[in-house]
Amino acid sequence: MTHDTVIRTDDLEVTYTGKREVTALNGVSVDFSENKLTAIIGPSGCGKSTLLKSLNRLHEIQPNAEITGEVYLEDDPVYETDEPLPEIRRRVGYVPQKPTPLPVSIYNNVAYGPKIHGDYSREELDDIVETQLRKVNLWSEVEDRLDSPGAELSTGQIQRLCLARSLAAEPDVLLCDEVTSALDPISAEQVEETLADLKEEYTIVMVTHSMEQAKRLADDVIFLYLGDVIETNDARTFFENPQNERTQEFVEGHAAVEYDDGDDTAPDSTADAPPAE
Amino acid sequence: MDTTTDSGSNAQADRPERLDRRLLIERLSSYWLIGAGLFAVALFALIVLTLVQQSIPIVSEHSLLEMLTSSNWDPASEEFGYLPAIVGTIYVTVLSMAMGTPIAILAAIYIAEYAEGRMKVIVSSFIDVLAAIPSVIFGLVGLIVVVPFVGDYLAPALGTHSIGLGIVTVSLVMAIIVTPFMISLTVESLEALPDELREASLGVGATKWETIRSVLLRAAGPGIFSAILLGFGRVFGATIVPAMLIGGQTAIPESPFDAGETLPSLIVNDFGELMSIPLTQSALIFVGLLLLVIVWLFNFGAMLVRRRLQRRWQY
Repeated sequence: MTHDTVIRTDDLEVTYTGKREVTALNGVSVDFSENKLTAIIGPSGCGKSTLLKSLNRLHEIQPNAEITGEVYLEDDPVYETDEPLPEIRRRVGYVPQKPTPLPVSIYNNVAYGPKIHGDYSREELDDIVETQLRKVNLWSEVEDRLDSPGAELSTGQIQRLCLARSLAAEPDVLLCDEVTSALDPISAEQVEETLADLKEEYTIVMVTHSMEQAKRLADDVIFLYLGDVIETNDARTFFENPQNERTQEFVEGHAAVEYDDGDDTAPDSTADAPPAE
Repeated sequence: MDTTTDSGSNAQADRPERLDRRLLIERLSSYWLIGAGLFAVALFALIVLTLVQQSIPIVSEHSLLEMLTSSNWDPASEEFGYLPAIVGTIYVTVLSMAMGTPIAILAAIYIAEYAEGRMKVIVSSFIDVLAAIPSVIFGLVGLIVVVPFVGDYLAPALGTHSIGLGIVTVSLVMAIIVTPFMISLTVESLEALPDELREASLGVGATKWETIRSVLLRAAGPGIFSAILLGFGRVFGATIVPAMLIGGQTAIPESPFDAGETLPSLIVNDFGELMSIPLTQSALIFVGLLLLVIVWLFNFGAMLVRRRLQRRWQY
């Protein structure tokens, strides 16, 4: 890839130990390029969410995840490092699949990160909140109700609020975990438009179930199948001229996908909402 | 009725009869359920009516205001001042909640968010066992351990005097009783929160403590509030422990180390000997009514507050 790599994984292996041991990632080495949107696609339970969360170590809140290998953020290791975890997670922001407002006002949802990380005056915070809400095309919808609870917005608005909240922490990389799958088609489209704008400025890694969405948004695509990377390529090549037979099948929509009977310990297998059209 | 082996036409013929029977059961089941619901309402009404009816003699003979503000409780000379018991109840409730609530919330945060594996299992099962111990056992242990502790060590250490029995003793024991109970409920509300909330907060670079303080405690706020209120209700209505440990003094306590009386303990301690005097019986039953009304008002207020919290801290 011609662009600079912002974050990459090196032989990343994640195993969920529990009643039954499940290997979610099987030695994955992939690169994510600067100011590109990389889509991670693949069937349910193939490790997409695990790969995404391992990039900022968010899978570690599950008590039984074991990991080997390394992730490099601008050549700094993410695991074998002295850098504090909260700082890593600030640099690699995460937006959950389910639209999840924090239990505070719209304003404070956006100001949450900045208040933690910096010493801003009220005016500076006002600026940040407005800038970030404009970036996600939400400002005009909420400017007169910034003090009402974030949860009172519609799910689509909440998801854009979540994007603004992540952006406000000034991350280098933004991780989006199927951010449109819980939304109605119109809201999903709005979020997609927002993502399309954002990828000019940010390095975005997005997990998606929707092939169509990946086609519309992605610059690069990673195809993950049962914990292995089957193919990684730029989006055009990936969809028009897939190099791997399995990719071909998956792209054409009649992939002989064997679901691994739902034992994915990562919260990945939920809500296979239809792709937004 | 066995439609699996029968031919299709046979099953067809069975259907209306089967359907009739199902609909009959459906109708009957709603009657039973309505009946059970009404029974509960009737029972409640019966209790309230009994209390009200039995309270009439005392209320018609003594002014309500006078009884609530007089500190002289002497049934033999027909003096029914509730103030000492009211003050005692407030003392005990405030003191035990002040001791129990912070510990309960901190312990619950530890169990729900920090403890892992075996440690978590061990600690939470101990808490559950503690919450299930009958309060009379706490009363007995209180008599043997807490009474001498307060009388011989705590009071002298604070430069005051206590016979051991008294408000502080009851408050300590009640705090020990309600804390595990509040811990369990608080842990439940924290564990019911979706992981997405944690991910959303950690995912912008918040630390674990920041996540707990600014996100989880708010999101679980209404549940924690309920836990505290249920604990409050338990202390407020506690009977056996105050009856055993408060020392049965119907005078307004000058210090928390004094002996006293709470509203429930007043009923228990005076019931046996004084029920023969009708007016005293009525006076004690009126205390019961008073307790009921206060608990009601409290629950009602709590519901309003909870609703507000739920709206403000929704996620």
